[in-house]
Amino acid sequence: MNGKNQKYTEAPVKVLLAKPAIDGHDRGIFVLAKAFRDAGMDVIYAGLLPTPEEVVDTAINEDVDVIALSLLNGAHMTAFRNVMEILRKKGVNDIAVVGGGIIPDEDKPALEKMGITGNFGPGTPLNVIIDHVRARAGEIRKLRANEY
Amino acid sequence: MDNFWDMKAKEIMQSFSEDKNYEKWKKDVLDPWNKKTGYTDKPRENSSSMLIKDLYMAGDLPVDAESRIGNPGEYPFTRGIYPNMYRGRNWTMRMFSGFGTPDDTNKRLKYLIENGETGLSIAFDMPTLYGYDCDSKRAEGEVGKCGVNVSSLHDMERIFDGIDLAKVSTSMTINAPAAILTAMYFVLAEKNGTPLDKISGTVQADILKEYIAQKEWMYPPEAHLRLIRDMLTYSTEHVPKWNYISVSGYHIREAGSSAVQELAFTLADGFYYIEMGINAGLNVDDFAPRTSFFFNSSINFFEEIAKFRAARRIWATVLKEKYHAKNPKSMALKFHTQTSGYTLTWQQPLNNIVRTTIEAMAAVLGGTQSLHTNSYDEAWALPTDDAVKVALRTQQIIAEETGITDVIDPLGGSYYLERLTCEMEIEAYKYFSEIEKMGGILNAVKAGYLQKEIADTSYKKQLRIEREDDIIVGVNKYVDKDEKPINTLKITDVAENGQIRSLEGIKKKRDESKVSRSLENLHKAMEDDSINLMPYIMECVRNYCTLEEISNVGREIFGEWKEPKIY
Repeated sequence: MNGKNQKYTEAPVKVLLAKPAIDGHDRGIFVLAKAFRDAGMDVIYAGLLPTPEEVVDTAINEDVDVIALSLLNGAHMTAFRNVMEILRKKGVNDIAVVGGGIIPDEDKPALEKMGITGNFGPGTPLNVIIDHVRARAGEIRKLRANEY
Repeated sequence: MDNFWDMKAKEIMQSFSEDKNYEKWKKDVLDPWNKKTGYTDKPRENSSSMLIKDLYMAGDLPVDAESRIGNPGEYPFTRGIYPNMYRGRNWTMRMFSGFGTPDDTNKRLKYLIENGETGLSIAFDMPTLYGYDCDSKRAEGEVGKCGVNVSSLHDMERIFDGIDLAKVSTSMTINAPAAILTAMYFVLAEKNGTPLDKISGTVQADILKEYIAQKEWMYPPEAHLRLIRDMLTYSTEHVPKWNYISVSGYHIREAGSSAVQELAFTLADGFYYIEMGINAGLNVDDFAPRTSFFFNSSINFFEEIAKFRAARRIWATVLKEKYHAKNPKSMALKFHTQTSGYTLTWQQPLNNIVRTTIEAMAAVLGGTQSLHTNSYDEAWALPTDDAVKVALRTQQIIAEETGITDVIDPLGGSYYLERLTCEMEIEAYKYFSEIEKMGGILNAVKAGYLQKEIADTSYKKQLRIEREDDIIVGVNKYVDKDEKPINTLKITDVAENGQIRSLEGIKKKRDESKVSRSLENLHKAMEDDSINLMPYIMECVRNYCTLEEISNVGREIFGEWKEPKIY
């Protein structure tokens, strides 16, 4: 935290917030955008109604650490999976994906298996989500540091 | 210079007087008591950031309280729009329902009717709300999930199979493709032999609040507004019992607004539609009575009741003084209410029954015309039959066991409530003035002003919860370590596959030459702004053009819409 060099190497966590389906419930994602920003992160919001392809393209172009997906319309199993498959097809393995929304417990193991972590439901304290995103970004940065 | 709104706000402020009695009581009784007991009072505020006093007295009433409040069934309708309110007839118990295939939904509707529901309300799935068919790439994984899927008239026929459209009133929560779903309902009535002047119901069709809050649109605002104009003028002529719009605050509130923002933004939308009708050449009294509203009932009990009463008084005042309505029915604001989905918690879900009950009581004490009560399991999923029944029974208990309906506007005259009603009004008038200064509601929406206001309020609320300034039982206080899972409704891919197969069948059976001819005619009509599109859309629907085919004609002509960046 002290010294210019350290600050330089610890660039803010960069996170893309996205709702990768036709779902207008954007209250939660705006709260998260502001909370992540207040926590010092660099936040990009994908806007409404992006396709999974657009989400992945934005994530790659913006070079984010984490994609945070949110859906409240019950389409998470299809839409989240599509995002993961496109990432895999494009050979991207250095972006973490976290999820949240109205996600039934029984869907969580399958999402985890796809590599989507968190899967937070309503009422989750902001700091729990922020800590999780930071932890995932930390893993990604470590991975990238080892790769290069 | 003061505009109309500034003057109205001032008028109310000037009706307040200094309350010497309160000051004396505070000095002589309250302060010594607090000192003796060692109690330090902390400021309390409601969702609208209004500071709430510890006690309200006669001196808090406006000096002209009697005329300002008025009587039930009379201008300015503060105490309700009907003289006898629930003494005459209970509110309509209208449960918002729809999931899976049209057949699933038909079964749910019949189940609710059997259990004493008195009006229908249809929830559509996301693809339908955005004007995509079930077999669209964009619909993948979403068919039937958040509501029922309707891809063509055939699906509408299945939803209402065995239900007499002359005997029920139906509300349809549909906005971007509202004209298409309305056309389907009208054509369905025609096919069943029910004349259009015998059917009654409401289509939501409030596109302004879509840009503000619910975010379900297909085209840029002007195109949707033209379609609303066409529904308005068509129904004024042919479907006299059809409410062409339900101006909605519900979604504005769910998106994170305060009560007063919900009140102000919704009424501002309503004024816009009134001006639209007047600009289309109609007399205000010919269509204003069929302008209906839809509000949220959230958990701050008195704030909500004050909001409903303020809404009625503002609407009456503005319709009379600004739009020069003559018919009292134009001035009487009638509304549907839904309890707040946002206040439902995933944690300890049974507590939601209590929250919904309190919110439903606020709606009834606020004089609602119809009511939907949420089910306790809705923070988990769409509700099960059992959960919906509890929600409906909640209304029936309020109506038939509690005595709440025995007296008209039983809370009228409460010092606190009347004062709060006035303060809500003042704050709403301030917003109207602000919006006017921005060049009107359409400009304010395009600039993202209202969207930003809502997002700011919602974040502030979340931070209050995080700091435990606001308590949510089971979430940030009285937390259970282990949440036991509850039984929830599951919607499988069977619905999606079934809908896709059904649509394939319809496409094989229909007359393709009629399909393309009616779509071409619609295309031509759309290019001329002076033409009413309803007959053209109805012709497409009759020929089983699909929802997406019809929507796409507009997409070609009007283009799409990208929201203003607020983050």
